[in-house]
Amino acid sequence: MDFVLVLLSTLRDVLPILIVIIFFQIVVLKQSIPHLKKVIFGGVLVVFGLAFFLVGLEKALFPVGKIMATQLSDPAFIGISSGEPSKWWSYYWIYIFAALIGFSTTIAEPSLIAVAIKADEVSAGTISQKGLRVTVALGVAFALALGTFRIVTGTSLFIYIMVGYLIVIVQTFFTPKRLIALAYDSGGVTTSTVTVPLVAALGLGLSSTVPGRNPSIDGFGLIAFASLFPIITVLGYAQFMELKSRLLNIKINKDAV
Amino acid sequence: MRYKQFILAVLQKLKLALMDMIPIIVVVVFFQLVVIQKPFPQIGEVIFGFLFVIVGLMLFVEGLKIGLFPIGESMAFALAKKGSLMWLMIFSFVLGFSTTIAEPALIAVAKEASIITSGAGLIESSQKTMDFYALGLRLTVAFSVGLAIVIGVLRILKGWPLYYLIIGGYILVMLMTIIAPKEIIGLAYDAGGVTTSTITVPLVTALGVGLATVIKGRSPLTDGFGLIAFASLLPMIFVMAYGLFWF
Repeated sequence: MDFVLVLLSTLRDVLPILIVIIFFQIVVLKQSIPHLKKVIFGGVLVVFGLAFFLVGLEKALFPVGKIMATQLSDPAFIGISSGEPSKWWSYYWIYIFAALIGFSTTIAEPSLIAVAIKADEVSAGTISQKGLRVTVALGVAFALALGTFRIVTGTSLFIYIMVGYLIVIVQTFFTPKRLIALAYDSGGVTTSTVTVPLVAALGLGLSSTVPGRNPSIDGFGLIAFASLFPIITVLGYAQFMELKSRLLNIKINKDAV
Repeated sequence: MRYKQFILAVLQKLKLALMDMIPIIVVVVFFQLVVIQKPFPQIGEVIFGFLFVIVGLMLFVEGLKIGLFPIGESMAFALAKKGSLMWLMIFSFVLGFSTTIAEPALIAVAKEASIITSGAGLIESSQKTMDFYALGLRLTVAFSVGLAIVIGVLRILKGWPLYYLIIGGYILVMLMTIIAPKEIIGLAYDAGGVTTSTITVPLVTALGVGLATVIKGRSPLTDGFGLIAFASLLPMIFVMAYGLFWF
């Protein structure tokens, strides 16, 4: 029953795309789609796959994630009485949890898998699928640990974002040009099906249990963090790869001499 | 014989999908057993759910390779061959707009935002005003994503360097943050992240890479990526502008 509902809502998401594609193929391009049967079969797989994926998340991950987020931010678990002003380090399990759940959900994020497949293909393997996904996941892990720290301390979102942007701008000057676009894209792909609902639950749960925080002001911002920090780690990865290949070249030249 | 090969191939792909899920399983089990030390809620249902997730991931990735990527690329080739800039721009805008306006995450966020802003007394708390506000927010975000894809595609055609545009965008976000009402800032920052759905990303990526492959002098790696970066940046600017317009 659940599955049918989710399948229908997935179909509804696909519908606008389908209409746009059909309209352009028939009215503007006036030609049939190459390998039409295969493409339709692939489309059906995508819709069914996504529906299975979402139903599974709904059953397995979201309830567990939400329960864990509330339990970990529970004043009784942290060991403070609720009226007492809390120290930021008493919440260390929250930071660890945020980082680990950020890393592990990003590894399984379908849109990141899509971009990683393309990047691997286009760069002829220089940017390996696994390398990109792990780098982005590390960025999200750091982002969520820092983001939960921000909620606990109640510091201003703007300052963090501004510093993050400055780091990205500085890094951009020192990163090989051909990898910059990919790095910028990695920010947008991290936060979709898996991460957003869990992260939203974490942010709202935390901001409603930490004394002195308001969910409607402090609850936001985790997604913004998770879209910013992967850019920094991927730019860093690109710099690292460049350095590595340069060192390798020096070594090869030496050997040749 | 072919039947056996098929089964083997499916098992191989299932194994890959399982590998993707292992980190999540490890984290969840570790926290339940070691940190929280409470009995696991509805263990049977959770295991069942994980099996669904693994099968779903496998089907999705297969579907990407044989359906979504080829269609995105073949549209890019066909539109580039047709050589009409106007149709390419219209296609880009409509693709961005239509996939965003129906995005469930955006609908949820817009509704939440209308409740928060009316709670803060910034807009009238009548149902009609709140619905109007939420719809306006969705239209704003969808319009900005459409525009983002248009700018991104133009950039691929002209070969403009991406970082000038993105850094310019960042500076604009900072400036807008200073003048925008503070109630909308957190929402605006998050709006950038929620706009790109799981089906839009592969399609848009294939479109960008496809265009950069057919156009002479463009490299798929340097120029093909970047569309998603625009689609996450522009909504921030536009949502803050929307906030300025209302309050």
